[in-house]
Amino acid sequence: MATWQIAVILVKIFLIVGLFQGAVAYMILLERKIAAWAQDRIGPNRCGPLGLLQPLADGAKMLLKEDVIPGYVNKPLYILAPAIAIVMATIGFAVVPFGPAGLDAPTVNGNPIHFQIAPNVDIGILYVFAIGSLAVYAVILGGYASNNKYSFLGGLRNSAQIISYEIPLGLSVLGMVMLARSLELNDVMSWQDRNGLGPIPAWGVFVQPLAFLIFLVSAFAETNRLPFDLAEAEQELVGGFHTEYSAMKFGMFFLGEYLHVITVSFLTVILFFGGWDAPFLGVEDTSWIAAVLKVGVIFFKVTLMVIFIMWIRWTLPRFRYDQLMNLAWKALIPLALLNLVVTMVLIQLFRGVG
Amino acid sequence: MLPNYGFIGLLLLAAVAFAVAPLVVVALVAPRKWSVEKGEAYECGVRTTGETWVRFRIQYYVYALLFLVFDIETIFLYPWAVSYLGLAEAGFGLFVLVEMVVFLVLLAVALVFAWAAGDLRWV
Repeated sequence: MATWQIAVILVKIFLIVGLFQGAVAYMILLERKIAAWAQDRIGPNRCGPLGLLQPLADGAKMLLKEDVIPGYVNKPLYILAPAIAIVMATIGFAVVPFGPAGLDAPTVNGNPIHFQIAPNVDIGILYVFAIGSLAVYAVILGGYASNNKYSFLGGLRNSAQIISYEIPLGLSVLGMVMLARSLELNDVMSWQDRNGLGPIPAWGVFVQPLAFLIFLVSAFAETNRLPFDLAEAEQELVGGFHTEYSAMKFGMFFLGEYLHVITVSFLTVILFFGGWDAPFLGVEDTSWIAAVLKVGVIFFKVTLMVIFIMWIRWTLPRFRYDQLMNLAWKALIPLALLNLVVTMVLIQLFRGVG
Repeated sequence: MLPNYGFIGLLLLAAVAFAVAPLVVVALVAPRKWSVEKGEAYECGVRTTGETWVRFRIQYYVYALLFLVFDIETIFLYPWAVSYLGLAEAGFGLFVLVEMVVFLVLLAVALVFAWAAGDLRWV
């Protein structure tokens, strides 16, 4: 591998990680603004114009506040938990394309520049799910190590919740995988671009509407966002698994959660909203202008998705725990299996030979 | 192929750096004033009583067992799903379809059994 390739990859890593950590800071501001809008308040407006410097103030506060470690905690695990949250949230993004990648990538002197940190990793989406399920260790270890009954309950609830919702999450994307014949996310995107019917694009949300609903619900549960934030549940568990965390370690849990929201938004957009696919952009167009436009389109869609996730938080009340488990096991998993069977029968009917 | 996974390794290194850096910075700049009250476990202002790491209800284990079954099923489905359309176009579609339906029915029976046995009822 040439030196310039390593340079490109390092630039990509620092650009993406830096951009997303900055984005998370502003997502918290955005979330507070949306909360204020939903509750007819004004929201943060003291730091800078429209509160735009609020993230800086938050960051300074997290760094400069006392980092209390309670006396009864299991110290190594207590410190390890927020670190796991950040590491898993960051590396989960490795195979997610944020623009044209793989065969559709633009080239410099014949060398393709992929808009993806680790291009051509053929397990693609399986890797994202694998890392996503490792993220649960942050919550379980945090809840266990805190030696606090609220935290322990939060961690326990979360472990059962995440493993339950992982199954419909994994099953729901199989339809798109079958159609695109690949686990790589950029192949799924170019499939959606190539197979449109005239002006109607073959976006996953049209091709696999049931899978989209299942995926969306499971994704909310996987990111611990309302209406599924049983692990935190302020009204019953104080803060849930992060009750005993303060200052930067608390911030790291939050950073991990919001990075997870970004990754899930990317996945939703790529699998079900065509990724960079727009009416005026085709997969054949591998020029640099098209590439920049595609990156713009995908980031625009992801922003809308993030806003949607925040909007839902202030719209729906929290589930009860038995309802949560019933939804996963008695509704989503049978529906996902049904969707799978229907998809494969339809494929056999329309595309099968003999 | 290997270099592509190497990129994930590079990102992992960067991620570990991003996770360790704030911990180190906080250890250097944040104030530290220890007191007995701060070291207490948080519980409505009264001293906590009893063990925290207690035995918990069996139902969590039941869900964990069911999860194992279905998660491994999902893993088996992935390679099948990738090659299915190609096989269908090559004329092996019906055979592969029936095989997979048999597999799914076996698993659906497991789910129905757990459902009927009341294991999915959260009490």
